[in-house]
Amino acid sequence: MSKLDAKIPEGPLAEKWTKYKATQKLVSPNNRKKLDIIVVGTGIAGAPAAASLAEMGYNVKVFCFQDSARRAHSVAAQGGINASRNNKNDGDSTYRLFYDMIKGGDYRAREANVYRAAEVSSDIIDQLTAQGVPFAREYGGTLANRTFGGVQVSRTNYAQGQTGQQVLLGGYSALKRQVALGKATMYSRQQMLDIVVIDGKARGIITRNLVSGEIERHAAHAVVLATGGYGTIYYLSTLAVQSNGSAAMQAFRKGALFGNPSFIQIHPTCIPVLNEYQSKLTLMSESLRNDGRIWVPKAEGDKRKPSEIPDEERDYFLERRYPAFGNLVPRDVASRASKERCDNGFGVGKTGLAVYLDFRDAVAKQGKKVIKGKYGNLFDMYEKITGEVPYETPMMIYPAGHYTMGGLWVDYNLMTTIPGLFAIGEANFSDHGANRLGASSLMQGAGDGYFIAPYTVSNYLADEITNKVPSTDSPEFVEAENNAKAILDKFLNINGTQTATSFHKRLGHIMWTYSGMQRNEEGLKKALGMIADLKKEFWSDLKIPGKTDEINQELEKASRVADFIDLAILIVNDALNRKESCGAHFREESMTEGGEAMRIDKDYSFVAAWEYLGEDKEPKLHKEELKFENVEVKVRSYK
Amino acid sequence: MKIKLNIWKQANAKAKGKFEKYELDGVDAEMSFLEMLDSLNEKLIKEDKEPVAFEHDCHEAICGCCSLYINGHPHGPGNETATCQVHMRSFKDGDTITVEPWRAKSFPVLKDLMVDRNAFDKIMAAGGFVSIDAGQAPDANANLVSKIDADKAFDAAACIGCGACVAACKNSSAMLFVSAKVSQLALLPQGKVEAKRRALNMVAKMDELGFGSCTNTGACEVECPKGIGIDFIAKLNREYLCASIKEAE
Repeated sequence: MSKLDAKIPEGPLAEKWTKYKATQKLVSPNNRKKLDIIVVGTGIAGAPAAASLAEMGYNVKVFCFQDSARRAHSVAAQGGINASRNNKNDGDSTYRLFYDMIKGGDYRAREANVYRAAEVSSDIIDQLTAQGVPFAREYGGTLANRTFGGVQVSRTNYAQGQTGQQVLLGGYSALKRQVALGKATMYSRQQMLDIVVIDGKARGIITRNLVSGEIERHAAHAVVLATGGYGTIYYLSTLAVQSNGSAAMQAFRKGALFGNPSFIQIHPTCIPVLNEYQSKLTLMSESLRNDGRIWVPKAEGDKRKPSEIPDEERDYFLERRYPAFGNLVPRDVASRASKERCDNGFGVGKTGLAVYLDFRDAVAKQGKKVIKGKYGNLFDMYEKITGEVPYETPMMIYPAGHYTMGGLWVDYNLMTTIPGLFAIGEANFSDHGANRLGASSLMQGAGDGYFIAPYTVSNYLADEITNKVPSTDSPEFVEAENNAKAILDKFLNINGTQTATSFHKRLGHIMWTYSGMQRNEEGLKKALGMIADLKKEFWSDLKIPGKTDEINQELEKASRVADFIDLAILIVNDALNRKESCGAHFREESMTEGGEAMRIDKDYSFVAAWEYLGEDKEPKLHKEELKFENVEVKVRSYK
Repeated sequence: MKIKLNIWKQANAKAKGKFEKYELDGVDAEMSFLEMLDSLNEKLIKEDKEPVAFEHDCHEAICGCCSLYINGHPHGPGNETATCQVHMRSFKDGDTITVEPWRAKSFPVLKDLMVDRNAFDKIMAAGGFVSIDAGQAPDANANLVSKIDADKAFDAAACIGCGACVAACKNSSAMLFVSAKVSQLALLPQGKVEAKRRALNMVAKMDELGFGSCTNTGACEVECPKGIGIDFIAKLNREYLCASIKEAE
């Protein structure tokens, strides 16, 4: 079990990170320029990590598949970023934020990592503000805050409903500064195809230049994956359509363990599926639940307009079921409650798969101007997509696939089980357990990038100062490139009849139906069979036009879908193995009489870390036992 | 409904492009414009024809990937709308829709409707930042920022870097893009320290990269999907002028 040494520093929780920093190995400024680091992904973890490592003096090569680093999907995070600054004098503290995340994650996250994330949260706000991120301010000039789900304090900093964009652009601008200074080199429009491992250590990557189609080899002393989440496994999700799980799967196939792959957050407030052509489900920020009230009609199949249904005939089901947190229950709880109402025939809209999110009372009480100031861009976005005006008529929303708590297994150093390969931000599994609280993804990503990876990557590189960057002519690079090329050729040579997108849609449908908001053994087993069949069909009937040595967007899709299929199998295996409900993972076999998730701590208080054993072989399960020494493990209740 | 499409096809940066005509049946009014193009591509692939290359990612008008010039307007019909938010309900049965890439010397076409907007990244690298390393930041509340300034800075910072302003401008000027970043940072105390250097360097880089001059037509403001106003260009001009005078001293 040496593979799963989390390397958590000894000592009291609140002193672990301080002690780590005080005793870690360092690389002197003169030696840093001899060391090369590859960072893949330029979102809210990748751009800050690349910029911060370059600021320290390392040579950083940064990769993204978009045309510019500024387009990484962190840009779409809306509501905010948490920090335990206690700005509202309402009892917030590092411990409180840590506790909320542990409880929010349904006691399936590692204490030490979560505490550290909370500990650096305040520094992130300082850093971003210094970069010129225009966070909302009070009239007195201090930072404004708002509240997010699953907590009872106001600790969320925001920039209207575009916080992700502003926070990302802060990191992007820091990165551009390092590019101008020559410390970071930007490689955009590059799709990563493989990781190169030499003598057991991550030493580089293989990429495809998406403009020329050329396959490139890039070597370094360490590789940092900041490649985001894989919520697009459902095809329809809140993610950007090109977001993918390929880098994580490449790492997995090269020996990195994959932690809790089945922990996928379903976000309660998204614009519902409107038609069969839809390629994306748009998120409506959780912050809307500060002022919006969620309801369905009390009478089944009530087809009246929402404005014609009087208050006493409305069921504000979150307020009814969870009086203490009301509309601000965590995402997993809100999503399941909405699904329950719709499954029982109380849903609204054309399909009956929607609930109302109503701002009538908030507009009446606070006035349209105030509401516009808080959520203007979200209301506009809703109107553009649906043609309806939320100031006048309630939004219709339904849950959709969103964030992956699961990801590459990492230790306290954020290093995977492959030495020299780090995973940060959403790409790792570490901080959110089985459910993530709102406004904590930007916090964790930025924390990893600005304030954790720069220390832990240095700690690793301290032992590399005498090693030269490996030659890209080494056999490992040649082999990885040949493999990557062979796969691309294979896609083109199948010459079948079905497009990559059509396979993705079908895979998404299987995953949403059997491995989505609710799961059971029978369905999951059925899904495994269906995915295996789909995989065979994919590899025998795929149709990809064009060639490899040109811009070929279908070829890019094929790579992603091929990885999604394998990832889906891993997810379903993980979901089958965990016969308890926890957070977003809801097994119908394990619920309370009131329909709430029921954990089985004696059997499942562990991180499931899966090891790849070969193509089409069942992965091997490793368990990292979770120890809770600083919180009392309780039934998670928001009543 | 049935739609006729007139789409710019160009094999690569060096090839000569031309308009191709397509017809698409069964277009639903609820489809987004991008979903309509998706279904066109699915059809083309099945017919062994080459699909149309175009860029899109977030579908929430925030990543700035999408860049289609639809019926003579960057991002097509609608105010403050990115291409991904255009829906087919904006068109009627039988309409002919012309789709082109951004046209600007500094944004060369890579393929079909895809252009290279790397010039924007270069302008940003020339000064679109505050020079602060991780770990050096003072407390975020140490510099008080008036709500009015913070809100105004946000309005400028809302730029998604799509390039519609350049595509809309008859001179292919990037002034709106540059002014948004210069204004955002000049409005905030933390950005003031190097405001002059920033204005000079970003404008110099913009000129070097072949973007045209601003002649105040206001086309950029009309087409900006984020509603960024040309008052920021006025602010940039002020910043630039002050910086130039200061430098001459």
